[in-house]
Amino acid sequence: MYRKKVSTTLAVAAALGLLLSSCANQPGTSGSGDTAGAGAGAANKVNIPALTKIDTPAGAVLPKGDGKGKCPATTTLAYAGAETGANAQLGVNIFNGIQLAINEHNAANPGCQVQFKKYDTEGDPNKATGPVTQVVSEPNIIGVVGLPFSGESKATGNIFEQKGLVHITPSATGVSLTTNGWTTFFRGLGNDGVQGPAAAKFLTGKLEAKKIYVVQDDSEYGIGLATSTSAGLSSALAGTEKVTTGQKDFSAVISKIINAKADAVFYAGYYAEGAPFDQQLVAKGFTGTFIGPDGVKDDQFIKQAGDASNNAYFTCPCIPGELIPTFETAYKKLANAEPGTYSIEGYDAATVLLSGIDAGKQTRPDLLAWVKSYDKDGLSKHYKWDSKGELQAPTVYGYKVDNGKIVPVGPIGE
Amino acid sequence: MLPSLLASMPMDNDWISFDVPSLIENFWSATFDGLTFGSIYALVALGYTLVYGVLNLINFAHSEVFIMGCFGVWFTLSALNFGPSAPHLGFWAIVGNLILALVVGMIVSALTAVIVERVAYRPLRRRNAPRLAFLITAIGVSFSIQYLLYLWRGPSPERALTMFHPTPIFDVFGTIIDSQQIVIVVAAVIMMIVIDLFISRSRTGRGIRAVAQDPDTATLMGVNKERIIMTTFIIGGILAGAAALFYTMKIPSGVQYNGGFILGIKAFAAAVLGGIGNVRGALVGGLLLGLIGNYGQILLGNSQWTDVVAFLVLVLVLILRPQGVLGSSLGRSKA
Repeated sequence: MYRKKVSTTLAVAAALGLLLSSCANQPGTSGSGDTAGAGAGAANKVNIPALTKIDTPAGAVLPKGDGKGKCPATTTLAYAGAETGANAQLGVNIFNGIQLAINEHNAANPGCQVQFKKYDTEGDPNKATGPVTQVVSEPNIIGVVGLPFSGESKATGNIFEQKGLVHITPSATGVSLTTNGWTTFFRGLGNDGVQGPAAAKFLTGKLEAKKIYVVQDDSEYGIGLATSTSAGLSSALAGTEKVTTGQKDFSAVISKIINAKADAVFYAGYYAEGAPFDQQLVAKGFTGTFIGPDGVKDDQFIKQAGDASNNAYFTCPCIPGELIPTFETAYKKLANAEPGTYSIEGYDAATVLLSGIDAGKQTRPDLLAWVKSYDKDGLSKHYKWDSKGELQAPTVYGYKVDNGKIVPVGPIGE
Repeated sequence: MLPSLLASMPMDNDWISFDVPSLIENFWSATFDGLTFGSIYALVALGYTLVYGVLNLINFAHSEVFIMGCFGVWFTLSALNFGPSAPHLGFWAIVGNLILALVVGMIVSALTAVIVERVAYRPLRRRNAPRLAFLITAIGVSFSIQYLLYLWRGPSPERALTMFHPTPIFDVFGTIIDSQQIVIVVAAVIMMIVIDLFISRSRTGRGIRAVAQDPDTATLMGVNKERIIMTTFIIGGILAGAAALFYTMKIPSGVQYNGGFILGIKAFAAAVLGGIGNVRGALVGGLLLGLIGNYGQILLGNSQWTDVVAFLVLVLVLILRPQGVLGSSLGRSKA
């Protein structure tokens, strides 16, 4: 009997509490929960139209070449990278791109049937050395696309170097990869040192942000990106703040951001913290822009942040391959899915190698020299590397959330 | 020797720095947020304090009583179509849904508390087990529930739920106080007052105090001790269920198998800080801990400092006042 009394009293008290305080907000706005706050996230959003098509370079080198390629039947290209494991999807996006390039090449060149072999690293630096050793000791393999991740690339660069086997990574962005003195490593996209400054230009330029707060997580990736972005922002930088992996409550960071009257927040980290952060930011009345790098550019971000994600933009050194109709159709036919992040980068990297084979560069040293002096357009961008293996004119794309989907808004940082 | 050792130590000053201007600038928002968190700590702390007062037992499984309430709230609101985006509902519909979630949270937490008591503590009490056995059982139950939740729901947090968009209400010293903060603080304080009155005025409350003061004599005077213990666990559970709703309101992505752990430790610390066994102490301790943690993290510039500062202050307070700020007094002060 007393028990009942206790719970009833408490429930009533709680109800009263809720009512009292909720009533208090009636005069100010139309009550909690409807349009008052829903639009807040988009209030200051500069409207940059979504990109519906991208221009491909007119003279872009395609895998099919001129159809007159001649090569021995043993000529082989390889993919080394994740086929299984936690981050397998990225690897799948990439090797489907490569497969597509090789299929197109072989269909157009009856005299040159290039073989394609895949070696699974599971994306794990500790497991990658085994498959990569297999790759380099297979004499028929003269060129490799991979490895997708920075950690495994770091662990295996020396093995490629010793055997003089050229490899183009379609997606590893760690800045330090090109500082090891390797001559066989080439990066087919911009690194994190390019993405940061591009993000800075995007923020102060197209997004018209005047006061930008940079928030970093505690990963190498987040710290590196925050540093290069902050440097690029110079006087527009309103402040910096750190959060930690697994953090759930961001109220202190948020009150600093709001008190600093920042109109944009750059979050250098991954979507796991980025999504609740953006959600709480908008809930606290932040009306500016939220912008995250490729680590945040994921559908999960939208799922977890809900309509708060309407204020979000992303930067990514990846090209929206889904906007190149020929590529999109062919990829869909092959993989039975839309091109994913880094599919087009895999396709283009394979094309660079295939065009070398068609040009008669059919040994490891010849193909390496071919890539070194390569200076042509690919479907996604221009490919020309400097002496360290970095692209000379990498492209970074901006993306935004539009109707619950991530859509590209065009190249940024130029 | 020593000077040369000190000189050879890497003096990297980056890891700690004091940002006083930032604290001054953010003082009021830190205060209001600190009070909001403090209210949640206080509600959970009451569960620790009451059980400790009655049984002299630290119920470490109370953090799981709380997190079960969070899951109750989450499932209720999910079933009511709440999601990461704020619901498009009328004012009364939201209030109604939230009250429903509150009641479910309270029921789930109270049930969990009762089951823990029946399964883990009562059999030990029957056998006159040493106090250490209770403590270890409590920790065991806490981990069991945590990992059962892990097996059931997996390691990642549940989908975030937005209950309503906080709307600005007052402007204090240039800092906005929003409806969410007011809901949490006002509701929590009302509940604490009700509990305080209940314990000091009602018949059952008198029973609780009697058992806390001297269980044997209380039994001789006709108090049903087992029933009082059960009631205590239920009250603690109900308050934890309320805390669960407010916590999920404040931190929408916080519903996770181990989400109660740190909060439980903090609430326990709040109870000790205020004076364990003391109902008002739990409120004071909770609010203090919330404020100190928030000031600390802004002063030191990183959220990881919250816990460092909060627990350092706890140690300092306990050195100066081992009985806590208000002293431990469930049995004595108002008896």
